Amino acid sequence: MTLHSLVIVLLQLVLLLALAPALSGWIKVVKCHAQGRTAPGIMQPYRDIRRLFIKDVVVAENASWLFRFTPYLVFGVTVMIGGIVPLISVDLPLAATADVIALVMLFGIIRFFTALAGMDIGTAFGGMGASREMTISSLAEPAMLMAIFTVSLANSSTSLTQMVSVMTRTEFVIRPSLAFALAAFILIALAETGRVPIDNPATHLELTMIHEAMILEYSGRHLALIEWAGMMKLMLFFALGIATFFPWGIAPAGDNILPMLALGLLIVKLMLGAMIMVLIETGLAKMRIFRIPEYLGSAFLLATLGMIAFFILE
Amino acid sequence: MHQSFATQINSLLAALILLSAFALLAQRKKLAIVHLFAWQGFFLAVSTAVIGFASGEHHLYISSLLTLTMKVILLPYILYSLIIKLKIHREVEEVVNIPTTMLVGIVLVVFSYHLTAPIRDLSSLMTRSTLAVALATVMLGMLMMVTRRHAVTQILGFLEMENGLFFAATSATYGMPMVVELGVALDLLIAAFIFGIFFFHINTTFDTLDVDQMAKLKETD
Repeated sequence: MTLHSLVIVLLQLVLLLALAPALSGWIKVVKCHAQGRTAPGIMQPYRDIRRLFIKDVVVAENASWLFRFTPYLVFGVTVMIGGIVPLISVDLPLAATADVIALVMLFGIIRFFTALAGMDIGTAFGGMGASREMTISSLAEPAMLMAIFTVSLANSSTSLTQMVSVMTRTEFVIRPSLAFALAAFILIALAETGRVPIDNPATHLELTMIHEAMILEYSGRHLALIEWAGMMKLMLFFALGIATFFPWGIAPAGDNILPMLALGLLIVKLMLGAMIMVLIETGLAKMRIFRIPEYLGSAFLLATLGMIAFFILE
Repeated sequence: MHQSFATQINSLLAALILLSAFALLAQRKKLAIVHLFAWQGFFLAVSTAVIGFASGEHHLYISSLLTLTMKVILLPYILYSLIIKLKIHREVEEVVNIPTTMLVGIVLVVFSYHLTAPIRDLSSLMTRSTLAVALATVMLGMLMMVTRRHAVTQILGFLEMENGLFFAATSATYGMPMVVELGVALDLLIAAFIFGIFFFHINTTFDTLDVDQMAKLKETD
């Protein structure tokens, strides 16, 4: 590992930690404008996190070590993923340790422990949230893998950095398979990050919440870590989409100036992506929970069609 | 693999035709199905024009225009007004198990890919790879006719099969002779009038367009 790549990795981690709340704040601002409400300001998530860190932690009497351990694990794994997904440069030494399939598994670990912690206290909501989250993810994960396999086929690699370098180096061709995979990826990303047609991150309404139900018992710094990790997860899904479908601008290995340029491009791409997401979220109503299998089924269909289109048409 | 730009556009349109075929299979609302059918016709027309431009076969422009008027404007308009007139546009069709139908659809696509593989190896046209999509569209139209119970959606499945055949003709041999195409277009138009009349008859006799009712023709005591 050279000094250069070490700097890049550290820079990426700092970027992820620092920018993720700003991205959430930006989404809220755009959403408020789209819906004609007064926006809380882009800095609000930072203030929320600080407030939660100052507050005391209240833990239920019957909570086990699992409940206390989960926030740190969730936060740690999310930061680790930040070292694998190329945000500004493909010069990531950590990326050699995990390809896209391992990446999906890392997201799976986060979900598994969150669900366990939700059930640990033994409240009704925790169990309900865990069961719903698991139902959704068991359907979303195959579709996600299918979409990623399609992209891997097109770039003949499952390593994210490899995929990015292949795609940025070769000449641009219209690939129907990637269009399908992108559509599937958007559907799945909305489900995995708990956004509107599947889950509403802004509500604590008992009957509809999924992700919020699992973390209902957390408070203080535990909650701060989980919320922060959630914001980073959202940003990582954006970054994953950018890296796999619009990688132009991510700097190649061994370059000193381009990463700075890539940073500016990344911010522009993130802002645009957030605006598209707000359009989707504002245009759609939350779906009935029993229709979610159909929604994720169509995501799987799109991903499979992408794969078939790759073999037939390309 | 390096492909020319026209081939890329054509592949994209083929993918869109395939996607609309699947969307037709999954859609429950009748007016939305008619809209999707019109979109499919539109992609077909554009694809025909692109092939005509790239191959220099200028009679394909006429076919494209014919497709545009028939399948994007005329037929959807006739079906649209029929649905409104028969007051069935609010009905939501009971469709059995959409996910299973979709999986069967995917199997059909893979099957037609294998079926057309020898032709793809022999052919040297730029459209050889879209032949599989064309055959798949025919099969998906057939699947739609099998799985749906409503007369209007069955007709749309039939028309989708015709779309697929037309697409197969353009991708296999750069289109049929003009006389044949004109004949088919005229046949379709007449078919549209005939099924219009049949819709009215079925509807007045059974008070519904659900063709399952037609199995009950026997008089019971």
